[in-house]
This record gives sequence, structure tokens and C-alpha cells, in this order.
Amino acid sequence: MKSDSNLERVILSGKPAVTAELGPPMSASPDEIVHKAHTLKGFCDAANITDCQTAVVRISSIAAAFIAQREGLEPVMQMTCRDRNRIAMQADLLGAAALGLKNCLCIAGDHQKFGAAGKLKGHPGAKNVYDVDTTQLVGILKKMRDESLQEGGDKLEVPPKFFIGATWTPMGDPMDFRPYNLKKKVDAGADFIQTQGIYDMELFKSQCEKARNLGVLEKTALLAGIIVPKSAMMLKYMDASVSGVTVPKPLIDRMAKAKEAAGDDKKKAKQLQEEEGIKITIELIHQALEIPGVKGVHIQAIDWESAIERIVKDAGLYPRP
Amino acid sequence: MIVGEQKPIEEIWNMVKDKKKVLVFGCNTCVAVCHAGGAKEAEIIASLLRIKATEEGIEMTVDHGACERQCEPEFFIPSMEKFKAHDLVLSTACGVGVNLMSAEIGDIPVYPALNTEFYGAVPKAGLFVEMCGGCGNCILHLTGGICPIVRCSKSLLNGPCGGTNNGKCEISNEVDCAWYLIVERMKKLGTLDKLLEIQPPKNWATATHGGPRRMVLEHIAALEEKEDKTAKGEVKK
Repeated sequence: MKSDSNLERVILSGKPAVTAELGPPMSASPDEIVHKAHTLKGFCDAANITDCQTAVVRISSIAAAFIAQREGLEPVMQMTCRDRNRIAMQADLLGAAALGLKNCLCIAGDHQKFGAAGKLKGHPGAKNVYDVDTTQLVGILKKMRDESLQEGGDKLEVPPKFFIGATWTPMGDPMDFRPYNLKKKVDAGADFIQTQGIYDMELFKSQCEKARNLGVLEKTALLAGIIVPKSAMMLKYMDASVSGVTVPKPLIDRMAKAKEAAGDDKKKAKQLQEEEGIKITIELIHQALEIPGVKGVHIQAIDWESAIERIVKDAGLYPRP
Repeated sequence: MIVGEQKPIEEIWNMVKDKKKVLVFGCNTCVAVCHAGGAKEAEIIASLLRIKATEEGIEMTVDHGACERQCEPEFFIPSMEKFKAHDLVLSTACGVGVNLMSAEIGDIPVYPALNTEFYGAVPKAGLFVEMCGGCGNCILHLTGGICPIVRCSKSLLNGPCGGTNNGKCEISNEVDCAWYLIVERMKKLGTLDKLLEIQPPKNWATATHGGPRRMVLEHIAALEEKEDKTAKGEVKK
């Protein structure tokens, strides 16, 4: 094993891996992290701890990951290229490893102008960093782990043994370059890949096929991203506005039908749509796991961590190995 | 060229309102092309300041002038007497002009009337677009002539992020995704394979991150020195 990570252990076992997501709060209290960690614990092999997602200040990924780990949930610390230069990145990586963290997911990070898609103020006037990009950060992590060297060439006494992750948006523009984009991250050293949320499985399958033909999928563990849909409105929004996400019309129609079945009863409409959302999620999980080269799923139940238990159980992925 | 934009007149007024004799001094190169700081714009700003002074009941003389380039002393030194006859020079050059004029004039303040924006092109009349970051280490041969340093909102060097939407950047649907453009251009050029090479972390020391930058052309500097000495009769021709 390259690391001491539970996620790596599960992937090596050949059983489908399951990761989930835990978004840290805009608060100095650890309570929410502790609560979410207990909700997710046992139902995934590791959970991503987002790093100021949508460019909004929250408890840092490293600190929140440490808290989650203390509670018995293996975290996947995330590190954006937006907020740190290579000095701060490597210092934080050493610190994270010293705290016992085992997984690191490298991401570009939402641009600071993004500011929670306009829902919050954020910090649109902030200066971003982007000293290195995701592929380069993956390479830095690999160099630190495998060669005990910093990016600049100085020796590390004890290297940080991270299981290295990166993201992939298989259906983003320019779509024919996306398999090559993946190849670069994998060639740089990404041990596992989590994708953007997939609804169009046929298209995803064809992108995976292209990646497989480049010899990429045998060198990394591809975890298909599944965003649990909550409502027809959410699916329509994601289809229209979220980069790299297309939602086939039949799925939107199914959710709309679930909503209509409740008539004017709003509470029931919510409940029926959530039920349908869980059903859709389970179907997507099964479809994704049948695609050659897909080694697991990354299930994002945004602000709905409590859904993970049922999804994992009903999908036949419980107990976790 | 360097693209500049006039500061709001209120902001300019707040800079100059305590002065008695103001010279608005234009620069007829880059900032004249972007209709912000040439001789004509300097004259307009001077008029606006005179109107403002009258409105506010403040006694102030506002003159105007211009030179070809404020980034080289030989163009503005001939106006030195004019500068000295004022208690403020309001420069409509880019920040380079303001810095250099300020250093050369010495005892009279030189204030900026423009915000210096970027190195840009004028793809069509009235449109100015940033196209180069002046990073000191050009890689345009690897990216189809499209600069990812300034045209990608995240300065990514190895390909697009996940934020591309219909060829546009996640920061705005009015901003093209540079990597979308790069991939399309490289496909056309038949050089897409160049994008498969991993670009290592960039050395930003050649950009503004290695301290103030300077460049010396030894042969030109030596020639200049020789000509100076010849002129003074210290060296025979």
C-alpha cells in the first residue's frame, strides 16, 4: 500500500468503494462536523471534507478532517489551488500527515467570484493564488510521498504518505479533451479519481471508454460521482447551470411526476421527490458500477447526509468491507 | 499596448482640490489609443476640473499639455519648465508614466488620472481585451497562441478545470474559457498532442513574484554612455 488509507485498502480489495461528502460549517464550533461524522460513519469508506467550497469561508478542510477522523470517520482532506501557494500547500500537507490524515484530493477550487453562486456574499474581491494547478499539485504530492522531496528539491526527513486523489469532469467542455485531462492527472500520480456528478450514464460510459483506450483506468481508481437529487427543480437547475452536468429528460420527468402526485401538499411533494431521488440514486450507482474500470462511487448528498445510510444499504453496499 | 481607463472625475477632483495650479498632462501613445489619456482627453479633464472648481467656488488654474510618451524622459523633459510652473501634475499616462515623471520631476507631485488596467488588444473599435500577463516566460507556442496565464481565470497550465460551461468560464457567461479556446485552436492546428505533456509548476520569479523586474541591454547602454562623453568632448570621435 502507498498509504495507510482505508479507502486505498477497500479499493485494493477489489470491492466497490464508497465515498461520501461532509461540508464543514461556517462556524467555529466542531459540533456539526461531529454530528455529520457520526451520520456517515460506517456507511462509506471515507468522506471528502470540502475546502471552502464555492469560495465561502468555512472550517478548514484539514481541521475538519482531523475532527472527523477523531470521531472515527476516515476523511479525504481536500486542497484547492485557489488559496495556497506551493509553500503553504506543502507545509499544510506535512501538518496534515503529522495529524494522521491519509487521503488528499487535489482540486482547482471554485473561483472566488463564484461566491456560493450568488447565495452568499463570499469574498469576490479576494486575491487568488493558483501558483500551481491540480495536475501540478498531484505531482508535488507524489514527489513528496515517493521521493521524500519537496517541489523545490529539498529533502524531507519523513515523507507524507497520502493516497492521492483528483477530480474529473468527464462531460465538461471541451468534451473530447476530457479523457486526456484525466490522463494527465493520472500520469502525474492520482491514485483515485472522483468525478463530477453523473446523470447521463451513456455519455459517461463513452467517456470512460475513451479513457480506458488511453490506458488510464488501470492506473487509477475511478469513483463515479453521484449527486443525490432532491427535487425536479434541483435536477433542472443542475442541467441548465452546473458545469459538466447534463441530466437526461426522463430523469427530470420522473421527479416532476413524483411532485405532481402530491397535488398541492408541499410536504408530501418534498417527501415523494426525495423518495424518487433515492431510487434514482440507487439506479445510477448500479449503472455506474457496471461500467468497466469504475471502481466505486462518490455519493454527494448535499445538506442531506442522513440519506447516505439508506442509499448505501438499499444499493447492497452495506456493510462496508 | 497598455490599456487604461479614466478614474471617475469625483475621485480626480478629491486628489486635486487643494491645489492652486494644476497641469493635466497627457500621453499620446497607448492610453491615447484607448481614448483615456491622450492630449484630447487631458484637455477634456482640464475643462471638467475648471467647471468643478467654479461650481465649488475654488480658485484654481488648470492647464493642459501632452507629450508623445511619458515612459521615456526625452519626451517629457522639454516640458520641465511647464511642470515647475504648477503645484501638481495630473498625469493621464499609465502607471509607468506616473512613476517615471514623478521620479524625474522630483519636487512637484505627479498624480494618476487613470487606472492602468492591462496589456490588451483592440480586436474591434471600442473593445479592449487582456491578452498577455507579462509573466516573463512565454508559453504561447504550447497553447495555440492563447495565454492561459491571464485568459484563464485560474491561470491553469495543464488543461481546463471543471467550471467550463458551453465554452464559457465559471466566473461569467461573458468570459470565454481559455482552455476551451486553446483545445479548439490546437485541434485546428493539428497540434493537440502538445497539450498532453504535463507542464511542471511554473517559475513565477520571472513574473512580478521575483521582486521588481529590470532588463539591461549592455551594448545599448555602453553606446549611449560613449555618445554622452563624445558630446561633452571627453572622447575623440
